[in-house]
Amino acid sequence: MSNVLIVAEQGGGQLRKATLHAISAGRALAARTGGALHVALLGQGVRPLADALAATGAEVHVADAPALEHPLADAWAPVIAEIAKACGAAYVGAAATAQGKDLLPRVAARLGAGMATEVLGFGGDGAAVTFRRPMWAGNVLAEVEIATPVKVFTVRATEFPAAEPGAGKGAVHEVAVQVPAGLRTRHVAFREVKSERPELTEARVVVSGGRGTKGDFKPVEALADALGAAVGASRAAVDAGWVPNDWQVGQTGKVVAPDLYVAAGISGAIQHLAGMKGSKVIVAVNKDPDAPVFQIADYGLVADLFQALPALTEKVKASK
Amino acid sequence: MALKIVVTAKRVEDPESKIRVKPDGSGIVTDGVNYKINPFDEIAVEEALRLKERHGGEVVVASIGGERSQTEIRAALAMGADRGILVRHDGPLDPVVVSALLAKVVEQEKPDLVILGKQSIDDDQNQAGQYLAERLGWPQGTFASKTESLESEAEQKKEPGLVLSADGKALTVVREVDGGVETLELGLPAVVTTDLRLNKPRFASLPGIMKAKKKPLQELAAASLGVDLAPQVVVKRLSEPPARKGGVKVADVEELWKKLHDEAKVL
Repeated sequence: MSNVLIVAEQGGGQLRKATLHAISAGRALAARTGGALHVALLGQGVRPLADALAATGAEVHVADAPALEHPLADAWAPVIAEIAKACGAAYVGAAATAQGKDLLPRVAARLGAGMATEVLGFGGDGAAVTFRRPMWAGNVLAEVEIATPVKVFTVRATEFPAAEPGAGKGAVHEVAVQVPAGLRTRHVAFREVKSERPELTEARVVVSGGRGTKGDFKPVEALADALGAAVGASRAAVDAGWVPNDWQVGQTGKVVAPDLYVAAGISGAIQHLAGMKGSKVIVAVNKDPDAPVFQIADYGLVADLFQALPALTEKVKASK
Repeated sequence: MALKIVVTAKRVEDPESKIRVKPDGSGIVTDGVNYKINPFDEIAVEEALRLKERHGGEVVVASIGGERSQTEIRAALAMGADRGILVRHDGPLDPVVVSALLAKVVEQEKPDLVILGKQSIDDDQNQAGQYLAERLGWPQGTFASKTESLESEAEQKKEPGLVLSADGKALTVVREVDGGVETLELGLPAVVTTDLRLNKPRFASLPGIMKAKKKPLQELAAASLGVDLAPQVVVKRLSEPPARKGGVKVADVEELWKKLHDEAKVL
């Protein structure tokens, strides 16, 4: 059987949207291999979320237990591996989020599987699937073949549409969870970065600031709020402690592909471009006319961001 | 409370190098490309050294690759690591094979802690640490970071971000995750992978470089370790992503607004 299992991600009583993108990747794979689509949902008190997943047409396996309250890789991996075996999954995938990247390699090791990270699309013929993925900070695209019987992957959510409700509704199956004995990982705390703004990876517009802000993100945030946009940042701004880690866009931060990306005071190092060059329209505002960011920007404005951004913010407000 | 730590030092293309794909898609052009320790591994070495400076112990650097990977091991020894292990293997590797070979190094060394970079900047897989943890049956703390910024006082004082418990049996790890920061406590032995903001790695001093030449470097032949060396993840073909065309420069905010509003219609 070449069934496909997608691992769902949830938090704060809600499904993470990235999961719906991973499900549509899973659905594409299942169509290729002629297998069925399954979803694994783990956590505590997550049963109410199963129906939304079943509405995509997937068979949903719910493992609901106090021991699974936090997504600890060594607690979750054996449960997911068991679900994968039970449903005959030849492909096991998830969204390439922090959780997906932490968890799936551990699941892969448990299943004796090879794995492809941050998959952008599938190639090959029919059931002989290859995985397209970025290497060297997105400067190279690789077509990768996985030789193990079970193949594990994470997908870049921006490359797949969000799954819509399917023609049929899948069944929901409860999974009996064996509490892993001798677990040596303990969840101590989670400090949420709260924001009224849209989530960075899902926003239609992103306004990002870099070293050029000199630590003053007010003009960046004001423009973002006028546009209903998410705020991003370059590594330099995050390293300096000016903004939370969670805002970093780039090879080692988040990958975004909004309709509009405004890079303010960001020079455009390769590592940053890797995280945003899939954006539809890129605007760069920078004092330095030779900044590399201008080479990929659709519209470049050589100007001081402290003057240009407030002026643009006024324009946006006036147009409403 | 001495800690024995194994850290990794993968040889990768310098991130500042321009990466080009060979016309036949079989690999990248290596002419004119410089090599160095994977930046995340450099952070792993730094963290191990800080833990040793605080608690005592030993830092062993492991690398898997061809003879040239000695350079990266020596670079880590110059930073202050005690000795090196090169697992000699010429040819393609994947995280399945790498983690199997690292597990052999762990079997030999029996460390309290293994620290790896969260990903190597060439294949960007972000897998080896997690595979290794599962193989060993150890807890994992991926994407380790710390609460203070890289310009903070704690960072100037080179304090470790990983905090050892009073009884020396557990390690507290602050992790960068989506939507916030998570803190985990791992019973030792454990595997940790580093994120960018765990620390700022030190530079090797000249005396450090001189000393590094005399530090022990053991070579193990990968073929003799009883590990299946056939990669299970095979790169069939490389290509360059479609280039993004640079656009136009606009004169002022007025023109930028018009372009976004009338031409691109995104506002």
